[in-house]
Amino acid sequence: MPRRTVRYLLARSAIWLVALVFAVDAHAEMEFAAWELSGRVSLEGRYFPRTGIDPRHQSSHTTGFVVEPKLYVEDVEGRSATVVPFFRYDSADSVRTHWDLREAYVLLFGELGESEWEVRLGADRVFWGVAESQHLVDIVNQIDFLEHPNGEVKLGQPMVHVTWTADWGVLEFFGLPYHRQRVYPGQGGRLRFAGLVDTDRVEYESGAEEWHPDFAARYSHSFGPLDIGLSAFNGTSREASLVCMPPACKLTGVNDPSNVWIPYYAQIRQFGLDAQLTLDAWLFKFEAMHRSGDRNAFGREREYGEAYGAAAAGAGGFDDLVGAYRKEEYVAAVVGGEYTFYSVFGSTADVGLLAEWNYDERGRQALPRRQPMTLDNDFFVGTHLSFNDVQSTEITAAFVTDASRATRTMGVEFDRRLFDQWSLHLESSMILSMDPADLQYVGRRDSFFEFHLEYSF
Amino acid sequence: MKMIHVYPVRSGLVFVAPCLVLLAWLGMPSHVYSATPEEIGLKIATEASALGDGFGNFTARQAMVLRNKQGQESRRQLRVKVLEVAGDGDKSLMVFDEPRDVKGTALLTHAHKQEADDQWLYLPALKRVKRISSSNKSGSFMGSEFSYEDLSPPEVEKFTYRYLRDEPCGDLTCTVCERFPVDKKASGYSRQVVWQDKDELRTWKVEYYDRKDAHLKTLSIGKYKQYLDKYWRAGEMNMVNHLTGKSTDLTWADYQFRTKLKARDFSKTGLKRAR
Repeated sequence: MPRRTVRYLLARSAIWLVALVFAVDAHAEMEFAAWELSGRVSLEGRYFPRTGIDPRHQSSHTTGFVVEPKLYVEDVEGRSATVVPFFRYDSADSVRTHWDLREAYVLLFGELGESEWEVRLGADRVFWGVAESQHLVDIVNQIDFLEHPNGEVKLGQPMVHVTWTADWGVLEFFGLPYHRQRVYPGQGGRLRFAGLVDTDRVEYESGAEEWHPDFAARYSHSFGPLDIGLSAFNGTSREASLVCMPPACKLTGVNDPSNVWIPYYAQIRQFGLDAQLTLDAWLFKFEAMHRSGDRNAFGREREYGEAYGAAAAGAGGFDDLVGAYRKEEYVAAVVGGEYTFYSVFGSTADVGLLAEWNYDERGRQALPRRQPMTLDNDFFVGTHLSFNDVQSTEITAAFVTDASRATRTMGVEFDRRLFDQWSLHLESSMILSMDPADLQYVGRRDSFFEFHLEYSF
Repeated sequence: MKMIHVYPVRSGLVFVAPCLVLLAWLGMPSHVYSATPEEIGLKIATEASALGDGFGNFTARQAMVLRNKQGQESRRQLRVKVLEVAGDGDKSLMVFDEPRDVKGTALLTHAHKQEADDQWLYLPALKRVKRISSSNKSGSFMGSEFSYEDLSPPEVEKFTYRYLRDEPCGDLTCTVCERFPVDKKASGYSRQVVWQDKDELRTWKVEYYDRKDAHLKTLSIGKYKQYLDKYWRAGEMNMVNHLTGKSTDLTWADYQFRTKLKARDFSKTGLKRAR
């Protein structure tokens, strides 16, 4: 971890240097029109009713806090700089005690004839897509897996983000000079494999390693009630293939707490489509993507066993192990909808109903992407209750079931503002049943309850 | 050109002679003589709307104080940016400052005269822009007694009208008109009764009747100020819910007209930039 941290710091410094040049260049006429400090501090806790896979190190509960301030500075021309550092302290897992620069970018924009240009330079977060059960086409940022297994929280990604907005739509280009590794819980943490992932021992397909220049582009536009987005990504995968290499890892699989895995990031290419049709109280949603380049050991157990044997005997190295993996090419999709009943039974409350179907061409050989679950043939149904009261009380419940396996999960969230600046978040994430054939079977005992007491300023 | 509006004191077909003479003297077009209450109501609405045309764009701040029956208060603060669109509904951007847990959340609306409005919501925590349904016109706006439809400027085409009477309102004389939503499903009200002064066609009071025709809410508007020597904007609005006893005070401040706002600030890209 420390080596990576130093490298990332260097990367960030380089970006800041460029940003500073812009800022100093503009300094002559730069006049701060506005600045603002806002953010949140949150006291949090998690409780796991069942003993984990590694009871020697894992505990049943954890407490901690989050600090996430946001500094915003704007000049008279509307140019701005935003900095959002993030820190979490976790009592049970020293790895989950982590910090990140979620955002640190300079924003510039201006006219380009009839259209408009915008440049964001620095670390930022980007969201693509429309679905709720998973964010299939969303790929620019690495997820902060330590924060929550739902994959909603992201690490800051260094980028040059250029947007061109015109009558015919919005065209965006992303230059992504540095790859953020996925982060995995440490020994004291829950929601992990039995073994650990050694992020210091990371391997990349590209010789440039984490400095491989990745590129992404997106076109989006609204045609009346239809919003569509077409996207492409070429570069380092955000999802690691976990490789078991002797001697740190034995062929005992993900259930052995003594195994240490090596993350491997392949070079991939992804094309994505996301669309939403908004008609009255209906939202119809569709996301699809085609991806090539990821490595998958499913179905290659024999080849892998041979390569592992050779490596253990000193006759092969890491490349031979990865060479035994299958190079994937697959299509995945999410299709679904959302309907909202407004002001039900004469009250002020709204009730939203959601349903989505997740498909992955790889079927049972699918690997988890941005959540620990594989979503290969999975139905998602959910409901969202907004009470529209002064406290903005909201309840969300979601149920996911695998149509071809016995895996079912359920999540319930409750949100309510207590006072003007204090709010409460309660959550339960329950694994109702888990099919032994699923990769995430190892996490079957990791149902949890969570609370946040949050102060916003 | 400022128009003088004179409407019959009593509705109906019978006009007393002095009234006819007065109308003729003011040079009103002859068809007004036989105007029905519906036509008069439409005329007032059309003229009031026309008076508001040409403002270009404006920005302002809104502060809300929400009060429940027991008098407990809760505050809301937001900034509003509005762009006039020739031949269609306005484009508007609302950015929330308080409560702090929703700070930075922004709502972009492209209003339309005929078809449904387009709306996008920006969620800063996820940096996500979400297209949302605009059919929720009658829902509460941020827990206040204002609904979305109470806060959006009434498009003339979305109502039918009926002129009721003239009556004094403060130092002024007001026309009292009813308006009925054309699309019954899109509104939470069966009708609204609107008080507008005859001098400047400013709205001073609105009574809202729910679908069962019960008097649900009353909006009182005051502290009008004129901008660019033409456009009147309210400084204070008070909405009382007669059913629940709750009320909301809405204060407008820092009105600025014809700023540097452009259409591009009301795009999805501009929405992500709003803070």
